[in-house]
Order: sequence, then C-alpha cells, then structure tokens
Amino acid sequence: MTTTESNLQREHTGRSTAGGTGTRGTRVIGILTLIAMVWLVAFGLGFSPADRDQDEAVRILYVHVPTIWVAYLSFITTAIASGMYLFTKKKSLGWDRLAGASAEIGTVFVAVTLIVGALWGRITWGVFWQWDARLTTTALLFVTYIGYLAVRRLEGTHQQRARRSAVIGLIAVLEIPLVHWSVRLWRSLHQEATVLDTDRNTDMDGLMLFSLFVGVVAFTLLYLWLVMHRTRGMAMEDYLDDRGLDEALVARRAEGDAFVADHATMPTAAPAATLGTEETT
Amino acid sequence: MEDAGFIIGSYALTFATVALLAWRYVRSGRRLADRVPDEEKYWL
Amino acid sequence: MSVWRIARLVARKDLQIEWNSRVLINQVLPFAGVTMVIFAFALDSDAVLERVAPGLVWLATMFSMLVLVQRTFAIETDDGALDALRVAGVDPRAIFAGKAMGLAVQLLVVEVVLLLAAIVLYRQTVPAGGVVLLVTTLISATCGLAAVGTLYGGLAAGFRGRETLLPLLTLPAVAPVLIGATRAVEAALGTAGAVVSDGWPWVGLLVVFAVAFGVGGSLAFGPLIDE
Repeated sequence: MTTTESNLQREHTGRSTAGGTGTRGTRVIGILTLIAMVWLVAFGLGFSPADRDQDEAVRILYVHVPTIWVAYLSFITTAIASGMYLFTKKKSLGWDRLAGASAEIGTVFVAVTLIVGALWGRITWGVFWQWDARLTTTALLFVTYIGYLAVRRLEGTHQQRARRSAVIGLIAVLEIPLVHWSVRLWRSLHQEATVLDTDRNTDMDGLMLFSLFVGVVAFTLLYLWLVMHRTRGMAMEDYLDDRGLDEALVARRAEGDAFVADHATMPTAAPAATLGTEETT
Repeated sequence: MEDAGFIIGSYALTFATVALLAWRYVRSGRRLADRVPDEEKYWL
Repeated sequence: MSVWRIARLVARKDLQIEWNSRVLINQVLPFAGVTMVIFAFALDSDAVLERVAPGLVWLATMFSMLVLVQRTFAIETDDGALDALRVAGVDPRAIFAGKAMGLAVQLLVVEVVLLLAAIVLYRQTVPAGGVVLLVTTLISATCGLAAVGTLYGGLAAGFRGRETLLPLLTLPAVAPVLIGATRAVEAALGTAGAVVSDGWPWVGLLVVFAVAFGVGGSLAFGPLIDE
C-alpha cells in the first residue's frame, strides 16, 4: 500500500468531533472582547463628552481609530509571518496561514475604516472624501492587500502559495512607506484651509482618551479572536485540499494498475495483430 | 443632533461587519471540523 | 558567466525579439498615441489639457507599460523559456536585471514618443533650463517602472488571471512614480508656474524608488518565479 493510501485509510477511521475552531482560549478572549465592546459603546456613545470643535462627531473616532489600528496590526503580523515563513528552515505552513488570515482580516478592517472615515469626514469637513495624505495612502493600502489576497488564490501547491504571498507580503511593507512618503510630499504642496485641515490632531481630554483606549483594547482582543479562528479554519481547508489530491492520486493509480493488469493477460501474439485490437483508455 | 444618523450608522456598520466576519469564520470552522479528523486539529 | 553579462544577454535577446516582431512599434506605440488622443475627447478643454499634460503622459505610460510587461513575459512562458533558464541554473537576479533593462529601453521609447505627442497635441514646450531635469526624470522613473513591471510580470506570467492581476498589483505599487514623475515633469516644463528647482526633490523620490525596487525586486524575483 502506498503512503497515500495508508494516509487515507488512517484518516477515514479517525474520529471527528463536532465543534469547530473554538477552544477555551478563544472563548476567554471572546468573552473579554464582548465585555470590552460593551464598555466601548457605553463610553463612546454615552459617557464621553462631545468635542469642542467636532461636537458629537468625535464619537465616530472611537470605532474609526480602532479599526485602522487593527488593520495596521494585521498587516504587520502578515509581514512578520511572511518573513518567518521565508527565512526559517522548516518553512512551516502555519506561518503562511497566519499571514493569510491576518491579511484577510486587515483588508476587511481597512474597508470599514474607509467607509466610516467617509462618514466622519462628511460631518467634520463637509465632504466624503479628500485627497489628503492619510486617506490616499489608506485607499492604496486597501488595494495593495486586495492584490495580496489575489496572489494567494493563484493556482499551485500550498508551498507555492506560501512562497509567493510571503514575498508579496514583504514587498507590501516596502511599498506602503514609499507610497505614504510620496503622497505626503505631494499633499504638502496643497495646504488646505484650516477648516479642512486633516493633520490637525484632535485635542482630547481624559475621558475621551479613555474611550479611545477602550476601543483599541477591545478591537485588539477581537483581532486575536478572529485570527485564531481563521488560521485554524485555513489549516483544515489545506488539509482537505491535500486529501482531495490524495484521493485523486489513489484513483488514478488504481486505474493505471487495472490497465496494466488487463493487458498483462493478453496473448503475446504477432505484434501487428495485437496493435490492431488494443483498446485505448 | 442631526449627525446622530452618521454616528449610529458608523457604529452599526462597524459592529455588523465584525459580527458577519465572526459568524462566517465560526460557521466555516464548524463545517470543516466535521470533515477533518481530530488528530489534524492542532488546537484541541 | 557574471551576473551582468547574463543580464546584458537577456536584455539583448528581448530587444532582438522586439525588433524582429515590431510589436512595440506596430501596436504599443499606436496604443499610446490613441490614449493621448482620447484623453482630449474626455477632457474637452485646451486649457485643462495643457495643465494636465504631464500627468496624461505618465498615465499613458502606465497603461502602455502593462501591455509591454504582459508581452515581455508572454514570450517567455509560451515556450517555457523562463523555466528553462531557471532549470539551467541561471542566477535569477541576472534574469531580473536583463528583463528589466530590456523593458526599460522599450519604456523609454514609449515615453519619448508620448512626450512628443504632448508637445504637438497639448501644446507643451520644453524650456532649455528644464531639459536636464526632464531627462533625469525620464531615466529614474523608467528604472523604477521597469523594476516593478518585471517583478510583478514575472509573478503573473503564465497564470490565467494575469491580465487583471498585473494591473492590480502594479498600479498601486507605482503610485509614487506617477506622483513624482508628473510633478518633476511639470517643474521641467514650467506647468502652472512650477520652476525647475521644484522638480529635484521628486527626482530624489524616483531614485529611491528605483533603488528600492531594483534591489528588492532582484532578491524577490527568484523566489517568485521558482516553481
């Protein structure tokens, strides 16, 4: 029996408990996340005061800043995991899956950041969008990681996927500062009036800063929860992928064996006669 | 507070997206787990 | 054989193929020219065209580059030539450098033609004081574009979705070049009151970009095309 066949046989008899990707660890993190989120809403929408300049619109920042924070966290994790995959001897796919899961989550959060940011901008600046350094770079960040996710979906083995996306993931980390620098240089040529001044930092008092802090903590916990679940899910997807391939290999080999068996019993008559009657599979 | 819509909307959008992502990950995790033997589940 | 020698051979091979097939002259340049014409249809105002001419030149360059990159790697994958080079143990940095150089030469041709088109169609003039800046910009921007194009072109080569994957990866990555090269050319041509000295910081950006992607690309190219 080939290795593939024995693998398959072993796995067919393996027990499969219902459940999923949850463990005690994720349940603890999950509960903490929920609690922190409730605090965030309570402080963000309730206890914290309105801003001197922005009025109530500042409340949007308590979710907006955490979402872009999670995006940065995700992409840095992707870069580190990509580096670990490429530069460790073992080339464990676990790093690749962490990189991919993290990038997926990051991309979703950048999208949310852009939309919520547009809503905030509508209130504070009167426009949904501006070509300032931060917005432009964030938009390009989004597209860059859409590209990363597209590279992950190219056909090939898991190791090929891992290598390609690790390289792209590291290049993205090089691209983003370059883009940011050039966009900042570009927009510094166009000094907007103070009404639209987007670089001015909001003056935040204690309670406001606390609300922001709660938001960042809550969303960091959320990120951990999400990335753990997704990485585990990807491990299972990869396993089933491999098994699908194994099954196909076994089936093809069985066909080949059957063909050989059939034709081994054929009489060794004159070659010309045999050729004429040979079946094609 | 005429901006209330945008503010509530921002929170709603953020949490809805998060909930959707969480639900999708957990659901696909459960479905996959049914087809994968326990030895492969390194987190158990 | 040294890396440089191989690179030059690869570049010469690419340019030879290009010269024989004349795809650049027969298809890419007309495409670039048509782009400049239809910009005028869309923008419909001489004043606007004159103001944005440098940007349009670089936009048309970007689109032409996508076509050129697809082409330069199609000739490799069609016969498995790239794989053959790798299997033969050729240093991937040499392949990268060679293909990038070949691409850079073709891009320069396109850019010069587009500049001429802008002079004619968008009434641009090149003041004597801006020539050095203009040439430096062309060269540094082209190096950066060629590096990015070769890197992502190599990755996308041979895949089914490559016509859409290549722009998706390349355009965000070359945003700094688009920004910097346009500003520098505006300074060289004196567009909207810009002066030549405004352009040199942008050339600095272009050089940094070219170096970063030149080095990074040559390192990344091997792992990316190894299958």
